[in-house]
Amino acid sequence: MSKAIVLYLHVHQPYRIRHYTMFDTATKHDYFDAQYEDQESNERILHKVAEKSYIPTNARLLELLERHPEFKISLSITGTVIEQLERWSPQALQSFKDLCATGQVEIVAETYHHSLAFFYSRAEFEMQVNMHKHKIQQVFGQTPQVFRNTELCYNNDVAYWADKAGYKGVLAEGWDPILNWRSPNYVYRPSYTNQIRLLMKNYKLSDDIAFRFGNQEWSEWPLTADKFAGWLNQEPNATNFNLFMDYETFGEHQWEESGIFGFLSHLPGDWLKTEGNTFMTVSEVIDANEPVDVVDVPETITWADTERDLSAWLGNGLQTSSIGALYGLQDDIIKTGDFNLIEDWRRLQTSDHFYYMCTKYFNDGDIHAYFSPYKTPYEAYINFMNAYHDLKFRLSEKGVAV
Amino acid sequence: MLFKLTKNYRYTKINISERQKRVMKVLMLGWELPPHNSGGLGTACYQLCKSLSKKDLDIDFVLPYKADHGIDFMRISAAHPQGVTEVIRSGIAYDSYKYILADGTEEYLDIYAQQELYEHAVARIVDEKEFDIVHAHDWLTFRAALRVKEKRGCPIILHVHSIESDRAGNSQGNPLVHEIEDVSMHLADRIIAVSAHTKRSIMRDYDIPADKIEVIHNSIDRDHLEPLEADNAYRYLDAMKNLGYRVVVNVGRLTVQKGLPNLLYAAKEVIERCPKTFFLIVGSGEQYYELLTLAAELGIGQNVLFTDFQRGKRLRDAFAIGDLFVMPSVSEPFGLTPLEAIGYGTPSLVSHQSGVSEVIKNFLKVDFWDIHEMANQITAVIANDELRDELLKNALAEYQHLSWDDASNRIMNVYNRHLSGVNP
Repeated sequence: MSKAIVLYLHVHQPYRIRHYTMFDTATKHDYFDAQYEDQESNERILHKVAEKSYIPTNARLLELLERHPEFKISLSITGTVIEQLERWSPQALQSFKDLCATGQVEIVAETYHHSLAFFYSRAEFEMQVNMHKHKIQQVFGQTPQVFRNTELCYNNDVAYWADKAGYKGVLAEGWDPILNWRSPNYVYRPSYTNQIRLLMKNYKLSDDIAFRFGNQEWSEWPLTADKFAGWLNQEPNATNFNLFMDYETFGEHQWEESGIFGFLSHLPGDWLKTEGNTFMTVSEVIDANEPVDVVDVPETITWADTERDLSAWLGNGLQTSSIGALYGLQDDIIKTGDFNLIEDWRRLQTSDHFYYMCTKYFNDGDIHAYFSPYKTPYEAYINFMNAYHDLKFRLSEKGVAV
Repeated sequence: MLFKLTKNYRYTKINISERQKRVMKVLMLGWELPPHNSGGLGTACYQLCKSLSKKDLDIDFVLPYKADHGIDFMRISAAHPQGVTEVIRSGIAYDSYKYILADGTEEYLDIYAQQELYEHAVARIVDEKEFDIVHAHDWLTFRAALRVKEKRGCPIILHVHSIESDRAGNSQGNPLVHEIEDVSMHLADRIIAVSAHTKRSIMRDYDIPADKIEVIHNSIDRDHLEPLEADNAYRYLDAMKNLGYRVVVNVGRLTVQKGLPNLLYAAKEVIERCPKTFFLIVGSGEQYYELLTLAAELGIGQNVLFTDFQRGKRLRDAFAIGDLFVMPSVSEPFGLTPLEAIGYGTPSLVSHQSGVSEVIKNFLKVDFWDIHEMANQITAVIANDELRDELLKNALAEYQHLSWDDASNRIMNVYNRHLSGVNP
């Protein structure tokens, strides 16, 4: 029986809101158009990430895919980042297309806008999943078979929905309180479903690469591909090692200086030199293995923070009140049929806006701060609410009672 | 005790007839003047001195920093400490200022160290100055005033615009500041309080006898208000008002003294009854983020708009856009903003714990702690434009009679009584 590494990378960039004040509300509707030099400039950030991560990583991945026919990867790539690549880095977008053209890359389904719509509006959620599917078909010529919800938000309802929608698999965090004594290194079946399969992230192995790789205080530093493959080989009965992480791990979260590209370049060769070892995409591993058990997840889990719940996005009053206000506009916004207005409303649904408002570790200046273009969570909230009020103003101009 | 008075200071009484031959000279000790002010103290000093300068009076105003104020009705001197070439102020009172020393090095000093430096600098520069009486504004200048009294033996008038328990929000506050206020008010020749509310606080906190404290209310220089332009900077609120929304405004520092959490609790009750109400909060301060979070947690984040600190047109337009101005201060020695609101056409609800509530009858008034009553009165105005208009009309009539002349006349009397040697 073969053992497969399931390497799944998530590619995403939000439309960050510029410094948008009360005095811009009802005057300018350009929430996402910061000056190029500003911290919140989407164009500048995209250029930086394309240069540091997408282009060099894809060059290596393409080489590896060509050199090792057994090497496979799965990618999820949001609608908002595809749009930004089309606009500001066609070169990087082409490099993703080149990966897909090898036939060794599978694209995973998700919401177009990287939103939390599943928890606020099922109709809007389904619309965004469809938008994403069409975009992927149009840009990459594939139809996704496996679903991942934003930030790996998962519970029994997500699985039930994905099963009914015809997906063959769904992704989730392999969180200990859920798995209990079980290992994430197998295929599972979600409760209350028959057809669909559940793949759970091996967060220890994933985080060795995504978070700990460049940490010189870490007892395993420096981590080589050979050493990493050795760890996996010590698991005798595992069928699949689910290495799920942000794509930007390569070159952005872990800088080139850390040696992350060298690790990536050596991983396929070092893993494949042991007989029986292979790589699979998410669909392939589901097709190849029967589920070993049923996993019940009544509460929502995610892949974020030590809590692995929604508290990074919906943990304080700023977050819950602003997202609630936004979804409160849904019926009025959709009814206008105004594409620009609806699209702006959808861009504001991107979960990153609420992540920036997270206050739980604000004082520690931690990972939330690393990913936020704003100095404080409060600044993020003020910009967001002023944009929200502008949506209301635009509705009122169309004669909608607000 | 922080202060040591020399035993043998002499009290030089001026011969009345001699004094009448020349212009009376006042050494004014102050902390700030517009446009380099952070709040009401600078404005009050400016307008008071402007009014006083119309009398037969020579004013020398000593500030702790050097700046161009464009003022021609009095002399302004900077009391720099020795060896300091420049003082760079931050925008906010009670912040540290940057001192640039003669050797080019820089140093940040906190407010307490600054008032100590000011004291020593004033003590040094008064040797070259000629004056009959000292008039000092708020605790930051009180030690300097005592120093001058110690050196020159002239009478000192302490003008109290706020005391420590006001600023600390009804607690003792900083014990060092408390002691400065305590000692200097006991040693003062006369105390001027900007309201009866402040006079009661001084008596309560410092056991000063009532007859040593004179209440002289602040006022407003109506000509000083810059006119509004046709368009309002709050375009969104303007548009929403046309759709039936109403706007409640507060302007001020976001600090415990101003009682804003209670306004937000009241806002929640108002919005439950009148969902088309916006609360516009203009200002900055250490409670900014706390208030932002509180509004969101109360579920009224969509109705409460925070603009941060504003000046100029955006400040004027904030007053003007309101249907009601609310000043819910826990303790407000005077409170100029509701008068400015009238000037820009907006009636006010003020707390009983404010000086300005003693001046204008046609304000709505409420105890700062009475959230239900605050909500009740705000709702009444929001839901009833006739009430709003009637309040404004009558408040405007009172406002038309306000001037600093009354205050400056009474201050002249205080000066005269002390210089004539007739104890009040």
